[in-house]
Amino acid sequence: MTNTQRIETLEMRGIVKRFPGVLAVDHLDFDVRAGEIHALLGENGAGKSTLMKMLYGLYQPDEGSILINERATRIRSPQDAIQQGIGMVHQHFMLVPSLTVAENTALGMPSRWQLNLRQIARGLSELSERYNLKVNPNLPIWQLSVGEQQRVEILRALYRGAALLILDEPTAVLTPQEVDDLFVILHRMIDDGRSIIFISHKLHEVLSISQRVTVLRSGRRVDTIPTSQATKPLLAEMMVGRPVVFEYQRNAAQQSGERLRMERISALSDRGELGLKEVSLTLYGGEIVGLAGVSGNGQSELAQVIAGLRAIKGGSIWLDGVDMTTHTPRQRHTAGVSYVPEERMVDGAIKEFTVAENYILQDHGHAPYVRAGVLLNHTAIRQACEQAIHKYEIKTPTTDTPIKSLSGGNIQKLILARELAGSPRLLIAAQPTRGVDVGATEYIHRRLLEERAKGTAILLISEDLDEIFALSDRIAVMYEGRIVGVMPRESVTVRQIGQMMAGATADAV
Amino acid sequence: MPRPHARAWFDRLFDLFPPAISLFAALAVASILLIALNANVTDAYVALITGAFGTENATAETLVKAIPVLFVGIGICVAFRANVINIGGEGQMIAGAVAGVAVALGFGGQMAPFMVVILSLVAGFIAGALYGGLAGFLKAYFNVNEILSTIMLNQVAVQMMNFLLNGPLLDPTEAGTNHIPKTARILAEIQLPRLTIGWTEGMELFARTRLHYGLLIAVLLAVVMYVLLWHTPLGYRIRAVGFNERASRYAGIPVRRQVVLAMFLAGGCAGLAGVVQVLGLQYRLQTDGSPAGFTANAGFNGIVAALFGGLNPFGAIPASIFFGGLLVGAQNMQRDIGVPASLITAVNGIIVVFAVSSQVFVRRRRQRRLQAESPVIAKPEVVEVAPRKVEA
Ligand SMILES: Nc1ncnc2c1ncn2[C@@H]1O[C@H](COP(=O)(O)OP(=O)(O)OP(=O)(O)O)[C@@H](O)[C@H]1O
Ligand SMILES: [Mg+2]
Repeated sequence: MTNTQRIETLEMRGIVKRFPGVLAVDHLDFDVRAGEIHALLGENGAGKSTLMKMLYGLYQPDEGSILINERATRIRSPQDAIQQGIGMVHQHFMLVPSLTVAENTALGMPSRWQLNLRQIARGLSELSERYNLKVNPNLPIWQLSVGEQQRVEILRALYRGAALLILDEPTAVLTPQEVDDLFVILHRMIDDGRSIIFISHKLHEVLSISQRVTVLRSGRRVDTIPTSQATKPLLAEMMVGRPVVFEYQRNAAQQSGERLRMERISALSDRGELGLKEVSLTLYGGEIVGLAGVSGNGQSELAQVIAGLRAIKGGSIWLDGVDMTTHTPRQRHTAGVSYVPEERMVDGAIKEFTVAENYILQDHGHAPYVRAGVLLNHTAIRQACEQAIHKYEIKTPTTDTPIKSLSGGNIQKLILARELAGSPRLLIAAQPTRGVDVGATEYIHRRLLEERAKGTAILLISEDLDEIFALSDRIAVMYEGRIVGVMPRESVTVRQIGQMMAGATADAV
Repeated sequence: MPRPHARAWFDRLFDLFPPAISLFAALAVASILLIALNANVTDAYVALITGAFGTENATAETLVKAIPVLFVGIGICVAFRANVINIGGEGQMIAGAVAGVAVALGFGGQMAPFMVVILSLVAGFIAGALYGGLAGFLKAYFNVNEILSTIMLNQVAVQMMNFLLNGPLLDPTEAGTNHIPKTARILAEIQLPRLTIGWTEGMELFARTRLHYGLLIAVLLAVVMYVLLWHTPLGYRIRAVGFNERASRYAGIPVRRQVVLAMFLAGGCAGLAGVVQVLGLQYRLQTDGSPAGFTANAGFNGIVAALFGGLNPFGAIPASIFFGGLLVGAQNMQRDIGVPASLITAVNGIIVVFAVSSQVFVRRRRQRRLQAESPVIAKPEVVEVAPRKVEA
């Protein structure tokens, strides 16, 4: 290892962190050793990110101490952390899209006065060679895929001399292939004597990559165990405090009549290319159609077209036999179209608004939230929101808390609660459990199946094939803007779907 | 670069009260100017404060100056909440004043005075609203930057007013003379009454001052706009659009309409500032022909009052009184200390610049910090996809 001392041991002792109304981390002990991948598990809002942000100097602990190589150390800022050999890849990447990989690496480097991009590029090339990270340092970020951007984040941390790398939900946005690639890289890093803290909600990943697992619940440590002694049900139970179901009892589909019909829909993507090419699909009441595909093959565009948020170039959309091709998003919502968008903080919620204000995003304009014709009825709003919080077990101090301070899974539950509130005719759920913990995932899946039993037509867009197979009645696969096949779930295998996602046609598999 | 803990301390201070920083910065710069002019800084500030609040009449004058600033500031709160930067308070004030004075002169004596006052206020509101709404419309439907369009519309309004005051609206008794551009005086019965506090005849506070009922109307407007912003679906939509256009569109909110509406309301408030200035203080529309000849820069100062007030109509009340005090106190400072009048204008400008830039600064910091703390996965905008290999 270059330019850093090793971190043989890192210990966090008795750490406490309070936010207004929340005890986010409660007298917590945690440690990592050199050459180890230590997985950090816990429900949404358990305090994982908060704990790691304290290690990275973004937050200061209210109590407790951090010991690096048995010496008490204060980490006052990310610069401090980098100096100590700690690197972090956040849940949300922090790269400047218009700058190159090398330039992004130069950002935030200690010596700002001299900039030797060529030297940085050379250093990056050496590192990427050594760890098989496959990134061209001279490409601008915007030309890179999500997986490549993540490799840039890792590379950048390594270049700055990270002996300990914190990965906060690194796999949430990756394709299965990219996850495999990432794991190879991580193994190489620990072989070098570095250590890694790995946060994920996917238990099989934790089981396959880590040496030890620490489970958090409500800011406290439940236990730390060697991964060899862990199983999926055991970890899930430790996290949630009760057994978790992974396989669902599904009643036979009670299909009713045609609900949604799309005929030869074409639409442009954000980049101005034809993102949807003559897509036709029909959904019936009481069924879940899983829409599988590698992200970026038109699934997002399709969801937006149905919700009325993306203009179409051609084709028509019918709901319950009514042509709604030209209807506004509002009209579609009134007609019973609900949409859980993929980018929950950009489309699904207004982060500056409170939990209650976000809860009424769709229905703020009418009863029961409006009284006397013009005034918001804050009492009714609070009561409805409190009921949703209770029913969906959303963790928030109050209904007046800004939604941005909730954890990702809890924001997702609130959006789902809102979208299911009006008993929709059609629900489009895009990546509904991305970044959501196992307990909440189970809950969301159950709710989707309940909606199905009530006769709602559900279009489930997911990159997680386990999720698609667990819930769908029929599976549609998208590739390069086309639906390349729609099949009953019973008649296909995960492997076949995987091949179709890569471009094979239904007949070929 | 400050040490990390020093920066944390600074962060906290900034979160608590960002405008305070810009105020202190502006005062520091002003002090340097005063020193450069060989003035005694302490004396100067004492003169400033006593000039603003030292006597009953000083306080009344401060409030009188605060009234148009407050009207404009309330409107700015609405516009900025919708993320529309309205720099057109000046032009909207003029539009309101012209419409209001036309109604007051045209209908004065022909119906009940009370009705004329109401009609005149409504005309002023609508004229300002349409003038502001025009900029909103251009932004929403033709993507015209509202900062540029409102500034240019200010110029148009000033020239229109100068034209009207030299022609159609000119006081008939002044015609043909080497006149000051002004309209005829409005009838006494439609002038807003003086505002006094207390009941005992002759003993009321502000009995012999120029303070008028415009203050009450402005406070009432603050209440109305506060309720509108936080207690109606309308205000909810305006704020939603201001924070996040994409989520608003997702929620079925017609985004463009909210932009126009916010500018309409903002313009209306500024229009009221103009008409109240006529009905309550000047009793006619008059100017010296310069851009700020009628408005005395209230259209710009309102922006600062709104920012100081945290973009909350109630916060704009103390903020505009503070600003009124600064304007009145500065005149006193000029008299007592003998510093040139242009220094006062400079200090005024410095505060505007610092306040506006502190707002931009705070917004950027907030964004940066949000990025660092966001608990959510946000996908980058452009995503290239590598298809998975087919396992043959
Ligand atoms: N900046 C903040 N202000 C207020 N509360 C916060 C803030 N950051 C986190 N919290 C609260 O602290 C708790 C822990 O949040 P944290 O983000 O650490 O959870 P997490 O375990 O990372 O969850 P997830 O799996 O959803 O990412 C939550 O209740 C959250 O609402
Ligand atoms: Mg987290």
